Amino acid sequence: MHELAVTESILKIAEKHAVQSQAKKVTDVHIVIGRLSSIVNDSIQFYWDIISKNTLCENAKLHFERVPAKVLCLNCSFEFELPGELTPCPKCQSMRLKVIKGEEFWLDSIEIER
Amino acid sequence: MSTQKVQIVEKILDANDQLANQILKKLNDAEIFAINIMASPGSGKTSVILKTIEKLKGEMNIAVIEGDTAAVTIDADKVTALGMPAVQINTGGQCHLDAVLMEQGVDALDLSDIDLLIVENVGNLICPASFKIGTHSNVVVASVPEGDDKPYKYTNIYRGIDVLLLNKTDLLPYIDFRLDYFKDGIHALNQNLKFFEVSCKTGEGIEDWIDWLREKVKAQKNHR
Ligand SMILES: Nc1nc2c(ncn2[C@@H]2O[C@H](COP(=O)(O)OP(=O)(O)O)[C@@H](O)[C@H]2O)c(=O)[nH]1
Ligand SMILES: [Mg+2]
Ligand SMILES: [Zn+2]
Repeated sequence: MHELAVTESILKIAEKHAVQSQAKKVTDVHIVIGRLSSIVNDSIQFYWDIISKNTLCENAKLHFERVPAKVLCLNCSFEFELPGELTPCPKCQSMRLKVIKGEEFWLDSIEIER
Repeated sequence: MSTQKVQIVEKILDANDQLANQILKKLNDAEIFAINIMASPGSGKTSVILKTIEKLKGEMNIAVIEGDTAAVTIDADKVTALGMPAVQINTGGQCHLDAVLMEQGVDALDLSDIDLLIVENVGNLICPASFKIGTHSNVVVASVPEGDDKPYKYTNIYRGIDVLLLNKTDLLPYIDFRLDYFKDGIHALNQNLKFFEVSCKTGEGIEDWIDWLREKVKAQKNHR
């Protein structure tokens, strides 16, 4: 259920910047999501279509850029992307790892018509 | 008509984070140390809270905010039965507490008389970690029967938390749970995590957790 709260947040931010840029209409919204943030995109689009009615964002298309999670091996210093689950270092099989990237969750940009 | 790109780069949960910061300030002003307890249903959040109250109630005042998806007060009633104030927050089906709900809970308490505030978040491991609620420490209660592979599958949960309690260690002899494997996964995700192995049933390990908590409450009083 938390996608609704998240979608409301996205709409608020997009509307704020649309008004500031004197947009007549927002056509596209670009969102960046790290693999380690637990947001499901399908349901965001679903809620979006409902709550953006009668706003500058009505009919705007959502684009999701999924950023993979990056891990550093503390044993051999190899950096690799997580395939999904947390896995041992593909080079040396060590489990002494450190996650260094993948928690992004922000609104990157909007495309507008003036 | 041509479209034009407007660069934004704004954190989507920024509004929630800002309110959470205001709540944190309010708690600091009242010299309250607050923890946010998250876990899957049944891992032992309520048991940990009751055990904690039992151990500390002679030394300090503890209040509990119970988050639940429905208006059930079973957990809150258990806290009240131990003589501590409890506030129930019904999230109306929402899978996590957020800063707005948390503020309602905090405002329903008499802050002048509290040393430790414990929040039992909604039983769910996936969402609560994304939503700050203005507590000082995020605590996850994992439990032995859930299995040793959870850090590997649900990587996001163990990020951004401060304390992990592994509960139900009394069940280790009966369940295939590789403690080292579990710890390796946790360590990969979060180097700064405090880790406690506890059993609410036998009481084993609970003292270490209580000592940690006692220190934190004390530091919160001293730092002003
Ligand atoms: N064996 C064992 N059972 C426990 C322990 N801690 C809690 N339980 C049991 O686990 C169940 C769920 O506990 P509860 O505290 O209600 O979990 P919550 O849903 O996370 O609040 C209850 O039946 C408890 O008695 C423990 O350390 N060992
Ligand atoms: Mg409970
Ligand atoms: Zn390696």
